[in-house]
Amino acid sequence: MRMVDRISRAPWIWSWFAAFLVWFATIMVTGGASTLGLSQAALTFAAFSIIVGIGQMFVITLGPGNIDLSVPATMTLAGTVALKLMDVDNAMILPGLITAILIGIAVGITNYALIKALRIPPIIATLSMSFIVQSAAIWTNRGLRIKPPSFLADFTTSTTLGVPNVSLVALVISVIAWFLLEKTIYGRWISAIGQSTPAARMAGIPVDGIRFITYVFCAVLASLAGYLLACFSGGAALNMGTEYLLMSIAVVVLGGTAVAGGDSNVPGIWGASLFMFLVVSMLNTYGLGAGFRLIMTGLIIISVIMLAGGRQPGAR
Amino acid sequence: MRRTVSADAIRLAIPALSLAILLGAVFWLQPRAMSYIGLNLLFNLAVPIALATIAQMLIMSVNDLDLAMGTFVSFVACVTATFLSEEPFFGVLILAGAVAVYAMLGVVIHLRNLPSIVVSLGMSFVWAGLAVLLLPAPGGQAPEWVRTVMTMKPPVAPMAIVASVVIAVVAHFIVMRSSLGVLIRGVGGNQRSVERAGWSVLAARAAAYALAGVFAVLAGISLVGLTTSADANIALRYTLLSIAGVILGGGEFIGGRISPIGAVIGALTLTLAGSFLSFLRISPDWQIGAQGAILIIVLALRLLLNRLENRDKRR
Repeated sequence: MRMVDRISRAPWIWSWFAAFLVWFATIMVTGGASTLGLSQAALTFAAFSIIVGIGQMFVITLGPGNIDLSVPATMTLAGTVALKLMDVDNAMILPGLITAILIGIAVGITNYALIKALRIPPIIATLSMSFIVQSAAIWTNRGLRIKPPSFLADFTTSTTLGVPNVSLVALVISVIAWFLLEKTIYGRWISAIGQSTPAARMAGIPVDGIRFITYVFCAVLASLAGYLLACFSGGAALNMGTEYLLMSIAVVVLGGTAVAGGDSNVPGIWGASLFMFLVVSMLNTYGLGAGFRLIMTGLIIISVIMLAGGRQPGAR
Repeated sequence: MRRTVSADAIRLAIPALSLAILLGAVFWLQPRAMSYIGLNLLFNLAVPIALATIAQMLIMSVNDLDLAMGTFVSFVACVTATFLSEEPFFGVLILAGAVAVYAMLGVVIHLRNLPSIVVSLGMSFVWAGLAVLLLPAPGGQAPEWVRTVMTMKPPVAPMAIVASVVIAVVAHFIVMRSSLGVLIRGVGGNQRSVERAGWSVLAARAAAYALAGVFAVLAGISLVGLTTSADANIALRYTLLSIAGVILGGGEFIGGRISPIGAVIGALTLTLAGSFLSFLRISPDWQIGAQGAILIIVLALRLLLNRLENRDKRR
């Protein structure tokens, strides 16, 4: 009984429950014919939101006002530059990956430099930064669409034992993130900062250092997601990050992470990411047009937050 | 010498100064802009942005944030270009309904203690969907009277400037001078003390949201008046522009510290930044990036002036 009680109180259970419900409703319509295909597609597309969502979650955990709006631009720049560098050459995969990660680190460092040195609220600092990064991406891309190296293209689009490779990557990152968050002092520190920054500072936690690392971590995950997404979709496009701005925030909050900070969880990101993809595919299965699909998506997000939310008093 | 300038005036001085510097730079680059027509062209699109910024400011005054501003203004633009010009009665009804939805959002957010970011995120999908249903392809027609108002040529100063001043003054009186405005800002400052003083926080938040809805509706209508037709994606940039405008104008995310006049100045600065860049002949690739850089420079300037101010105070 205590086990059941504990699970029903876990903040992430709602997003998993909702994802399962939508998954079930979709396969019922198709008579179970598409079960495997739908599940694989959901895992594949959810993987990208999971990777950027985890980064965003770490930032949001830092407390009210902390958010990274440069995620889409970072994804686009990392994807474009990496593909241009690799230039369809399998031997260049590692340098490409390293370049993508270096771009993430650079964006993260600049983001935090703006926040700290100029005391700009994170939302505006990362927004201004995203304009500059997006411009850099436009400048390097110049409308060219370079194909990814064949090995990477195969890797990102195929499955291992029936599980899509990109979702395995997302799983590895999630386990690392969970370990960081739950088992290391770093994880305890970001939660402490999110609950009360002045208290954390007085307790001797290196607040600035931790916030700095977190913004860099988020940008690195975004650049990694951009790298994978560009390879998965057969080339980088300038608008490829756009939908991940709202998505990265939505999965964090639907996953049960407190918007006010200080309380986060990794499993919820998975449930919410699967849910966000499955809702769209369910509404597609029902043959609804783009307009109705958008309206339903919005109403479902609001219903989920109304059911699951309102538990944290003082949340923004 | 004793300083008699209030903190509010200083808060306003910095945005005004950055606008003046930017305007000076534009005039220096392109002296012909220093005319009635030139100013009108420079600030043409400022009116809808200023209205959307005031709307966002009202939401921010109760410590919330509206991520649906852009899609909502787009939706209103679509309603204006279709229903409001063909069947004005239904058009007005729909827009009134939209304002009611905004008030309801305030009520729901307050009662269920929901994060406004997520609720408005969800609503942004809803407004976008409704806009796509109304106008699947760009089109529609601006109502005649809206077009007339927006293209009016008042004496002395162009319409865009006159309208911005009117918006700033009206918003200033509502937010800074009326008792409702004080109540709304009080909720942002200290919700508990407003509650204990016997006011209804629920009503205040609902009023703030409804007022924001009204200003956002005006933003959508005025936008169509300028563009003559609408599109479901016409104003998506407004979400981020409106937030940036409030912050540039000296507003803050929490604590009910906002400034309507500053917000309008912030919106004008953002509009001008675009024109400034095209005068500089920067490659189109870097236009967006340079806009980000201007945002950073203005905020850095603000920090610098704040520091000087603090140093003076300490003396």
